[in-house]
Amino acid sequence: MATIAIPGQIGEAAEERFRTCPDTGLHVHAKAETLIRVNLITAVTFLGIGGLLGLLVALTRWQAVHLLPAEMFYMVLTAHGAAVLLFWIMFFEVALFYFTSAVVLRSRLATPNIAWLAYALMLIGALTATVAVLQGRSSVMFTSYVPLQAEPHFYIGLILFAVGMLITCFIFLGTLVIAKDEGTYEGSVPLATFGGLTGVIIMIFTLASGAIILIPTLLWSVGIIGHIDPLTYKLVWWGMGHSSQQVNVTMHVVVWYTIAALLLGARPLSEKVSRSAFLLYILFLQLASAHHLLVEPGISSTWKIFNTSYAMYLAVLGSMIHGMSVPGAIEAAQRRLGHTKGIFGWLREAPWGNPAFAALMLSLVMFGFLGGISGVILGTEQINILMHNTLYVPGHFHATVVSGTTLAFMGVTYLLIPIFFRRDIVFPKIAQWQPYVFAIGTAGIALFMMGAGTLGVSRRHWDITFTDALITFDYPATAFFMLGLNGLSAIIATVGGAMYVIVVVASIVWGKRRTEEDAKTNPIAPGAAVLAQYGGEDTFKLPGTIVLVSVFFIAFALYYFINWRFLAGIWPMS
Amino acid sequence: MVERIGAVSQDEPAAGAAERDERPPFMQRLLDNPFLLLFIGVTVPTVLYLIWGILEIAQIPLSPS
Ligand code: HEM
Ligand SMILES: [Cu+2]
Repeated sequence: MATIAIPGQIGEAAEERFRTCPDTGLHVHAKAETLIRVNLITAVTFLGIGGLLGLLVALTRWQAVHLLPAEMFYMVLTAHGAAVLLFWIMFFEVALFYFTSAVVLRSRLATPNIAWLAYALMLIGALTATVAVLQGRSSVMFTSYVPLQAEPHFYIGLILFAVGMLITCFIFLGTLVIAKDEGTYEGSVPLATFGGLTGVIIMIFTLASGAIILIPTLLWSVGIIGHIDPLTYKLVWWGMGHSSQQVNVTMHVVVWYTIAALLLGARPLSEKVSRSAFLLYILFLQLASAHHLLVEPGISSTWKIFNTSYAMYLAVLGSMIHGMSVPGAIEAAQRRLGHTKGIFGWLREAPWGNPAFAALMLSLVMFGFLGGISGVILGTEQINILMHNTLYVPGHFHATVVSGTTLAFMGVTYLLIPIFFRRDIVFPKIAQWQPYVFAIGTAGIALFMMGAGTLGVSRRHWDITFTDALITFDYPATAFFMLGLNGLSAIIATVGGAMYVIVVVASIVWGKRRTEEDAKTNPIAPGAAVLAQYGGEDTFKLPGTIVLVSVFFIAFALYYFINWRFLAGIWPMS
Repeated sequence: MVERIGAVSQDEPAAGAAERDERPPFMQRLLDNPFLLLFIGVTVPTVLYLIWGILEIAQIPLSPS
């Protein structure tokens, strides 16, 4: 790992240290690299903790096991949501923001010292909020809907975390400016950087909404403000809560393109089309926040339907473009590499034993089929009512943010470790199976929670047998069965998650150091050159992808109409 | 375009002049301008989701106490 000082063109750059990565040929800024490493390690730590908490929740909802007592359940549920949805995902995203800006653009990172400040704020914030939850008096769920009140340091923690993230976003933008000024790239930025920019833009709106609502809520919790209107809270809070999910979608799409590029040299089918799909995200994705308010009285259907249906479908269109472009890019690359047999030869002969590739494909399929379709169902005002606030909702978002985002992030980790830690992945057999085990487990939790939700089982509910309750209700036996299957799937998902954490930690600590020789004899990212380039495959001769996309549309249409049918059954019209 | 002219005049004064005449298509200029995208990406949801939503909530009549 030769470290060289590049004679800089402008001021500060002169002292910056870079290395040329033997695996990717990328020109890596040493300070950016250290930040990427530390953020990755922090992210994985939170995933390990948060995943175990998820298991405890699932084992409690498995009525026959019913592990935790009621108060513990709500505390653990709050901690689970925060640790994984906020801290695991967002620390990982910080690493991706630095990767897609400084590293992909071969630039130095803007203000590395301030990036450390951002990291410190995020870490202190995350720990403060976690401690607040574990102290037991802030079991308000990660949504912290008023008038539920947490202790002040819960909100302070979240605010510090958000400030750190905001600083990170500005460092990303600053790095774009530096790269342009110092001429580290020509023309337009590569797609990975453009996707990172999309994520940063949505993140900034996310954090602005968060500031607007969390600061008054903090003041309310210390008694300075007397009242916060619950509906306004929900509206603004979801500007943050939902938009941050859209950052996740954006960044896992970036990860899909990145894995395909690194492993196979795949370029987007058309750079322009993919960029435009990201533009649809910038314009419309955040409006879909309105789907969280679909049953609120007091807000007009015009607002609801405009923001969910019309706008959301344009954003979904963006996702469908990526959902077609990614397998299309893989098909085109595979055909170029000589895998041309029949319609699906390229798919059969793909590197399924490579955990990064397996994770990419599983994430793509599960995000589309499970998360995407159920998301459109929940985002449609009329049929949302069938599943609103049932377990269908966590079922849906475990398909998006766990099977989709988390699995994609896991996959790219198998490439980021050799690239940025310069270590080989240890336990290759465990690594190879990990995405499959995790995918089966998370597909199970997504499907069985959706199944229980379709039967009306509420989310965030400790005891669906209503022991000791004055008014009781009998759920069908199938609902209990679904929760049992959910518990079993949770165990499988936890095993898959543990395999990931073990491989990551062991590789970082004990992995064999990669030399320049290894990069030649055992390349891990043979296609890396295309990652930092602008340009697409510009071909549409992709019979396999067309078949796959058609299957998706048929499944989508069928399921969509089945739900309208359900609705008609509930509300007979004749 | 402004930044572009700046960059050109620093590194390659000669090659810049010809390039400056043919403006890239509108979409490309939009997609190449991170700060314009940032502006759009924050304004659109602020107006259509937040402000419009808050106006709707503000119109709900208070219950007579
Ligand atoms: C081993 C893996 C996991 C298991 C077994 C699991 C299981 C569960 C269960 C059973 C619930 C409770 C549903 C309810 O009662 O309302 C839940 C909630 C939740 N999970 Fe997970 N989960 C896992 C991983 C994740 C990951 C990786 C994320 C995010 C990236 C995540 C995000 C959430 C969120 C945001 C909630 C909602 C909490 C709330 O309602 O306040 N989970 N999870
Ligand atoms: Cu949402």
